[in-house]
Amino acid sequence: MRLIQIFARAALTALTLMTPATLLAEPLRIVIDSGVIEPMPYAVPNFIDEGGAGEYAANISRVIASDLTGTGLFREIGPEAFISQVTSFGAPVAYSDWQAINAQALVTGAVSGSGDQIVVKFRVYDVFSGAELGEGMQFAGTPGSWRRMAHKVADAVYSRITGEGGYFDSRVVYVAESGPKNARLKQLAVMDYDGANIQYLTDNSALVLAPRFSPTGDRILFTSYATGFPQIYLMSAADLSIRALDQQDGTMTFAPRFSPDGNRVVFSLERGGNTDIYTLDIGSGALSQLTDSPAIETGPSYSPDGSQIVFESDRSGTQQIYIMSAGGGEPVRVSNGNGRYGTPVWSPRGDMIAFTKQNEGRFHIGVMLVDGLEERLLTSSFLDEGPSWAPNGRVIMFTRQGAGEGGEAALFSVDISGRNLRQITTDGPSSDPAWSPLLP
Amino acid sequence: MSILTKALILILTLGLAACNNPDRNGDASGNNGLNGSGIDVNGLGDPSDPNSVAYFNAMIGDRVLFAVDTSTLTDTGRAILQGQAQWLASHPSYAAIIEGHADEQGTREYNLALGAKRASAVQDFLISQGVAAGRLRTVSYGKERPLAVCSDEGCYEQNRRAVTVLQAGAGA
Repeated sequence: MRLIQIFARAALTALTLMTPATLLAEPLRIVIDSGVIEPMPYAVPNFIDEGGAGEYAANISRVIASDLTGTGLFREIGPEAFISQVTSFGAPVAYSDWQAINAQALVTGAVSGSGDQIVVKFRVYDVFSGAELGEGMQFAGTPGSWRRMAHKVADAVYSRITGEGGYFDSRVVYVAESGPKNARLKQLAVMDYDGANIQYLTDNSALVLAPRFSPTGDRILFTSYATGFPQIYLMSAADLSIRALDQQDGTMTFAPRFSPDGNRVVFSLERGGNTDIYTLDIGSGALSQLTDSPAIETGPSYSPDGSQIVFESDRSGTQQIYIMSAGGGEPVRVSNGNGRYGTPVWSPRGDMIAFTKQNEGRFHIGVMLVDGLEERLLTSSFLDEGPSWAPNGRVIMFTRQGAGEGGEAALFSVDISGRNLRQITTDGPSSDPAWSPLLP
Repeated sequence: MSILTKALILILTLGLAACNNPDRNGDASGNNGLNGSGIDVNGLGDPSDPNSVAYFNAMIGDRVLFAVDTSTLTDTGRAILQGQAQWLASHPSYAAIIEGHADEQGTREYNLALGAKRASAVQDFLISQGVAAGRLRTVSYGKERPLAVCSDEGCYEQNRRAVTVLQAGAGA
């Protein structure tokens, strides 16, 4: 009876608060396309331990906060400012207490554990509207996947507030580097998007370059010097087994990427000093040549619908970006600014191309529309290169290399607005990041 | 040492240069890309011995350099390669891997392709000088194996190179 009363009163309270609030307040929404924005203040009190959750309840809340704050779109209000404490997941939200500390969004949750499973549930509230934003959800998984569950909660919060897809529950495959610059050792590694859970996929006995995830994350393409000559290889993410894809004597293959259906690889093949773009059917091994010019043609990347390929060519005299049909044919040049353009990558949304630009002794990561218009340089440094899109097409990760003997490579990310440049903490020098799709 | 002098030394020593190259070059399997160097440092021999790898590397010159973002051989480069071709002609038991390299001013994949163009330019020239195509292979390291690690032209010009790495016992 008492419970029912509390709920009834809560509903009433929410209703009475909601009416004026909805008239006055803007809906809880961050529009990422807009220019400089003020981060949205939010609170995520430590999730309630409903039994058997141990340290996971607090840890999950901290990862959620790290994800949200790390976007630069949100600003966490810490527990020291809280007026009321959330003591149970089902308790009504004291909106006025959260309004008083100007938390516009509130994320509450609870974790319970039994046996080899933990369950995480959460709700998101629009504090000034006095209403829940979307519905409560829960995730169940093994204790070892607690970070993934936290990322899934953060993805849901991010999606509900921005209207965009999330990207936190994703992984990044990259090259871990060690040793001096003139005798660099490289090995493949994979990590969560935020640098946690690093695993090494190869040892450093063979030089490896530029790994790429398949569209479902089940395989990884990369280039290795295992035979002494650069060749493209395919690795199974499940068991790390590796097989060579195309090995013709006297040729070199590199720069592989998957087609959106995951059945083909587009890559560069060098023969007699000339580098052209080819595709390979993974199942049949059938090879198809897409470009045939004496210029350097590399860095191919499919459009998300698989109908076109963007690539770089120096057929005009300098590196520029071109688009051709997925079957080959006459390409159309799309880059038109000063300097050299390389490593084009089609965004997962299909609307933009990210690239590396060299101009006046500086390197930049930039984006442009697929017709080359609205070019925007997001970064500038001694050496930035190799952009990779987050699954939602809103963030780009890339390599930044310092100058000189002590200049190490590191992974950085930046919003496509050019804001929120951040270094991703890894075990050591790192390069060539490639984002996975959002995990299932 | 001028090319003429080198050539003279070569001619004078040809008679003495029986092909007794007892594994000067260490592992000749060709699987030496992992170290970025095809040469076993213990097997170089004495640079004063015209039949030695060390002589080839130091006295003839194992590498040619390139201008920024080009794969065109310079006059100096062609002269060095003529010397290499002559040495290879008189040492038929050797094959070579030509390693193409780029400086760090370029994206990784473009530099791989550029290094391949440089290695191929050297290969083509050596073939034009009479070296059998079957004795030459190319590999590009792009910007992965700089020789000099500073970030200015003094280092870059050393890194824009194609290096002819001899392999004992792998020739015709």
